Amino acid sequence: MAYSQENIAIMDSIIARYPRKRSAVMPLLHFVQATEGFVTPEGIELIAQKLELETAEVTAVSTFYTQYKSEPVGEYHVGVCINTLCAVMGGDEIYKSVSEHLGIGNDEVTSDGKVSLERIECNAACDYAPVVMVNWEFFDNQTPQSVKDLVDGARGGNPPAPTRGPKTLRTWKQNSAVLAGVSDGLAGEGVSAGEPSKLGLKLSKEGK
Amino acid sequence: MTTDVAVEMITVVIDGFEVTVPKGTLIIRAAEKLGIQIPRFCDHPLLAPAGACRQCLVDVEINGRAFPKPQASCTIPVEPNMIVKTQLTSPVAEKAQKGIMELLLINHPLDCPVCDKGGECPLQNQAMSTGRSESRFTGVKRTFEKPINISSQVLLDRERCVLCARCTRFSEQIAGDPFITLNERGALQQVGIYEKDPFDSYFSGNTVQICPVGALTGASYRFRARPFDLVSTPSACEHCASGCALRTDVRRGKTLRRLAGDDASVNEEWNCDKGRWAFKYLSSKERVSSPLIRGDDGELREASWPEALARVAAGLAGKKVGVLVGGRATVEDAYGYAKFARVTLGTNDIDFRSRPHTEEEAAFLASTVVGLKTTYADIDKADHVVLVNFEPEDESPIVFLRVYKQVRKRSLQVSTVAPFASRGSMKLNANVLSSFDQVSNLTEKSVVLVGERSAEVPGLLSAIAANTTAKIAWIPRRSGERGALLAGALGNVLPGGRPVSDASARIDVQTAWGVDSLPTELGRSTSQILHSLNTGEGLDAVVVGGVDPADISPDALGQLLNTFVVSLEISHSAITAIADVVLPVAAVTEKTGSFLDWEGRERRFDQAIEGPLITTRSDVRILSMIADEMKKPISLPSVASAARELASFGIWDGATVAKPTAPAAPHKNPTGNEAILTSWRQLIDLGSLQSGEDNLAATGRKAVAVISAKRAESIGVANGELVKVSNERGSVVVPVHVAQISDELVWLPRNSENSQTIVTFGAAEGCLVTVVKA
Amino acid sequence: MSKLSPVLSAHWDEADSFTLEAYRRNGGYQASKKALDMDPDAVIQLVKDSGLRGRGGAGFPTGMKWGFIPQNDGKDHYLVVNADESEPGTCKDMPLLMANPHSLIEGIIIGSYAIRANYAFIYLRGEVVHVFRRVQQAIEDAYAAGLLGKNINGKGFDLELVLHAGAGAYICGEETALLDSLEGFRGQPRLRPPFPAIAGLYARPTVVNNVESIASVPAIIANGTEWFQAMGTEKSKGFTLYSLSGHVKNPGQFEAPLGITLREILEMAGGMREGHELKFWTPGGSSTPMFTQEHLDVPLDYEGVGAAGSMLGTKALQIFDETTCVVRAVLRWTEFYKHESCGKCTPCREGTWWLVQALKELEAGRGTSDDLDKLLDIVDNIAGRSFCALADGAASPIVSSMKYFRGEYQRHLDLGSCPFDPIESTLFAGVKA
Repeated sequence: MAYSQENIAIMDSIIARYPRKRSAVMPLLHFVQATEGFVTPEGIELIAQKLELETAEVTAVSTFYTQYKSEPVGEYHVGVCINTLCAVMGGDEIYKSVSEHLGIGNDEVTSDGKVSLERIECNAACDYAPVVMVNWEFFDNQTPQSVKDLVDGARGGNPPAPTRGPKTLRTWKQNSAVLAGVSDGLAGEGVSAGEPSKLGLKLSKEGK
Repeated sequence: MTTDVAVEMITVVIDGFEVTVPKGTLIIRAAEKLGIQIPRFCDHPLLAPAGACRQCLVDVEINGRAFPKPQASCTIPVEPNMIVKTQLTSPVAEKAQKGIMELLLINHPLDCPVCDKGGECPLQNQAMSTGRSESRFTGVKRTFEKPINISSQVLLDRERCVLCARCTRFSEQIAGDPFITLNERGALQQVGIYEKDPFDSYFSGNTVQICPVGALTGASYRFRARPFDLVSTPSACEHCASGCALRTDVRRGKTLRRLAGDDASVNEEWNCDKGRWAFKYLSSKERVSSPLIRGDDGELREASWPEALARVAAGLAGKKVGVLVGGRATVEDAYGYAKFARVTLGTNDIDFRSRPHTEEEAAFLASTVVGLKTTYADIDKADHVVLVNFEPEDESPIVFLRVYKQVRKRSLQVSTVAPFASRGSMKLNANVLSSFDQVSNLTEKSVVLVGERSAEVPGLLSAIAANTTAKIAWIPRRSGERGALLAGALGNVLPGGRPVSDASARIDVQTAWGVDSLPTELGRSTSQILHSLNTGEGLDAVVVGGVDPADISPDALGQLLNTFVVSLEISHSAITAIADVVLPVAAVTEKTGSFLDWEGRERRFDQAIEGPLITTRSDVRILSMIADEMKKPISLPSVASAARELASFGIWDGATVAKPTAPAAPHKNPTGNEAILTSWRQLIDLGSLQSGEDNLAATGRKAVAVISAKRAESIGVANGELVKVSNERGSVVVPVHVAQISDELVWLPRNSENSQTIVTFGAAEGCLVTVVKA
Repeated sequence: MSKLSPVLSAHWDEADSFTLEAYRRNGGYQASKKALDMDPDAVIQLVKDSGLRGRGGAGFPTGMKWGFIPQNDGKDHYLVVNADESEPGTCKDMPLLMANPHSLIEGIIIGSYAIRANYAFIYLRGEVVHVFRRVQQAIEDAYAAGLLGKNINGKGFDLELVLHAGAGAYICGEETALLDSLEGFRGQPRLRPPFPAIAGLYARPTVVNNVESIASVPAIIANGTEWFQAMGTEKSKGFTLYSLSGHVKNPGQFEAPLGITLREILEMAGGMREGHELKFWTPGGSSTPMFTQEHLDVPLDYEGVGAAGSMLGTKALQIFDETTCVVRAVLRWTEFYKHESCGKCTPCREGTWWLVQALKELEAGRGTSDDLDKLLDIVDNIAGRSFCALADGAASPIVSSMKYFRGEYQRHLDLGSCPFDPIESTLFAGVKA
């Protein structure tokens, strides 16, 4: 049984946030991923029971959203943006090289379970292109080499820190818990804004 | 008369023609009124609009302002000063529709030649009317694994699916069973189930029927026929008293499928899976194909009709005879039995109740039910629906759908007098009450739906009969009972509710039948008939039509031994096995006739199968032949003559049988591991009309024993563990389901695999049993 | 004087700009205090008068949207903030929330008060964990400071604010899909009517606003409508965030009055990357028809961009230089729409499936000129035929690229292959081993 009394209590507190409990489906699915790494049958059945839904209704939701995984992903889930702008600026090359480097393709996991790879769509950081997300943390202005180094670090248990994020890269499960609304207290870490974000402000101060 | 507010009418112009329709009418349906068929897939008049397939795009203009792009006519209600141009008058709409059709087909497989839907397929038809002859798509089609079972009786071919969501919307909106959903996203979106929970809805077959392509197919019909080889006959369902209109499709004398028929005031366009998929019994190898006579060797042998009739006449001559009529007799057949008993046999010993029953119930039926006029429409308008010992989802599924519709639409208040909240009650959000005394909030707009099991609680029907406020309806499980009551196939009433005890009522019937007198003594009930056999002073022969003795009591069959038994049956059964003469009768597909549904509404049906395979006739015709042979004719040579004659009676307007005033039974006090048994029949169970339907059976709900958490704890079982429920006669072993139920009770399904309460315990309700961990 | 006007971004260069302390230090939560002293209708009127229009893409007047909420109807009302920022090229709300989450929270307090909502939600896309942390922390701090919860500022106004993570679905940026998603369903758009103002979240009157729109409200309340109207153009008032990305020397966020031109922004940003020239660009994300060099002086406001045949959209200025194959770019966007199509309606679901295959053929140089006409005809059967605007967005890059670059498509067919080297357009072109 993956769900301890403490887990159940967290799930109940998630449900309590909403005026109607069905709204808790998505954070609960994030929480299932925080607990088990992916959306398991046990998780679906537990959510269905808690929200008085049919299991099919939970399945319908979990399969709609790409962040919910029906198979295990790596401890470090690497998303390479291959939407047009990032792809053109180097995302395609990055994806190709890291895929070859790891020997895995889209939605696949390394045999040690450490790293998985996904071709992701625009992640709202285009001024930092090419962008790579690891466990949905920003790794800005990447190159094929930087991403190789990144995944090597991750596999060796020593991943680099996100460009704009906490001082230490958290695991897939840990970050899934954040998305479920379970705070890890790391909001204060990292820059308030990256350089491109501040560019207009800087130019304005320069009177431009 | 109702005092409905007048509906506002709106006039719109479609393709240059004016049409006036009620406010709220969708464009697509206003066009239908003009005979303009706009192509469509997701649209269904009984489902909420989806606007998903986009096939029905038309140009719309309101007050001179045109929408900049074509609109889905299935989602937009008409408005004053609206001008609509369909594909017939708008090149834009025509191109839009053609474009959608092309897109729908790019991923559709070209397997029409092997698809069940071919020949009756809206996609095929509309591709002909709206598509292009050659596809411009030269790419790679989307492929999925070919059909997957989403239940034992429904298969899903995702390649054929056009994602119209009719099936998922039906399951959620109409049946309340969202066991199938749209899963995945975009081009990979597909209908599916949760991997461990199949589509075991009682209403799943409707999704096969409304699927506009061949994506959903029924396992039993798959690859069996082409629609153009089938002959369709409008029919009525014989399984229960809901009264569904059906369509029976026959090929070369064999029923291949049954579909829900359209009847807006009864079943709308739906039926249950039992009504749809339980019909193998009609063409079973067990059918009796010729008259049979039991020889001196004790074996049945085939006989000619004249020989068999002579044997019946001889066997019944001079005997005191009782008549047992099965619950699925047609009105006309029941009338035949009723008249045969009185005129030919000179007795009121006739009863249609082949189930637990009481004198109190007979009085209730004769006094209160005969003239009841409560209908489905009353449910639609009710302010409160009360279910009394009645589980509509199991016992009259279309009543369930109708109540559920109002619960969804306007949060109709539902109360249920029941031991616990069944799945059906939970869907109805019903307030569970442990007895009828607790029912409150009844007005003249309330509807009390009384199940046949109410007879099993002494005093309950008396209490209900005394209710003067709400509308009452009595809902038997079987299709024939309301009609048999009207026909007088009961010991205390003659046709039309005329009391046997009332001389003027008897004279009425005597005159109509042209006989000098009618028996005056009140008739015996089913159990009294059985008990009096072979006792010396009681009855010594019995005519039995379509009765399963196991439905009455475990002793019934034994009571029929050593007496002269005439059996009118469609198939070999426990009764034919002991009968002296067996006369084959026609099954529903082989005859015309009618049922009265629970409303008392006539459900007439035609003969679906004709030709040389039909070797027999309806019961009434055969009874008429026996009567002739016995020289006491009933003169009912045809179903039509029986219908005509019964109709001429009308409902008795004189004094009725007195209402029952039976006292409640003293409360039993179970001690220790004792519990009071309560039960009902689940929709899909071991009923004889479902025999041979393995696909259907696999979707039924598995037998469980429902007990309270306290009892579960005291006997040391957890949910899902086995318990043994027993009394001195026998025992059943089933998994336990812990629910909110009185600590004194245990519920079991009445006639399911591993749980048949009547044959096991000798009772279905109210007896003491012992519950222990198995 | 600078052509820029940092308001929301004015303090992003402070290391703690995202904290409550910094926000207050810079004058934060004065506007909500002021608003809560006003009549709610007066707040709506003020926002109406300011001329603020939705910054999420459609440009609908924010105050008018608030005014649609039926008052005194006895029902719960909801304010829902659309923070699902996913339109390709769009990258303004995420840095805003990371650096200045309290501006949104203050805007939510004001907006909720105005529309009489006691419950508000922020629907944040799920793929940005650190943004989630910042917003969640800001909400917790606001609760602790009595800025959210019961009886805010002792004014008798209650407001619960819930941060809700999406889970990867572009379509949830469509407001009714967002509401279905927030209710725990698949994020597929709803039929309208009823509109969210009448039956939105839980079928109750609901306002759905973009992050930037709501975050702009406190400044308007604090500084007044005249201050706001002094910026921008006649029908496009105020300041906004322009996001410059792609083949430019210095990409980034530029907060400026509406109506600035790309030429002006590019000049400030140091122009195109060295040795290259502008080929095509999007004014407001991939769903807005692309522009070329000839549009450098189009005023980037709602009317100006519209008059030039596109839409202001999210003001996501994605800049591509001459090394970029437009067919490849369009194919990639089309793959995006295919990936993000919700599946509900036929033209979008099947159409994007077909378009991707058709464009792959064209990019590989397979086909004839007739196939280009066919491509446009397929698009014609998709755009304006679908349930929501996603498919219209899918059509935009194809139609506009065919308008300006049909010759380049044809060149693929003539050559039988793509004439471009994708390495040339990468940032690390020339530095590769």
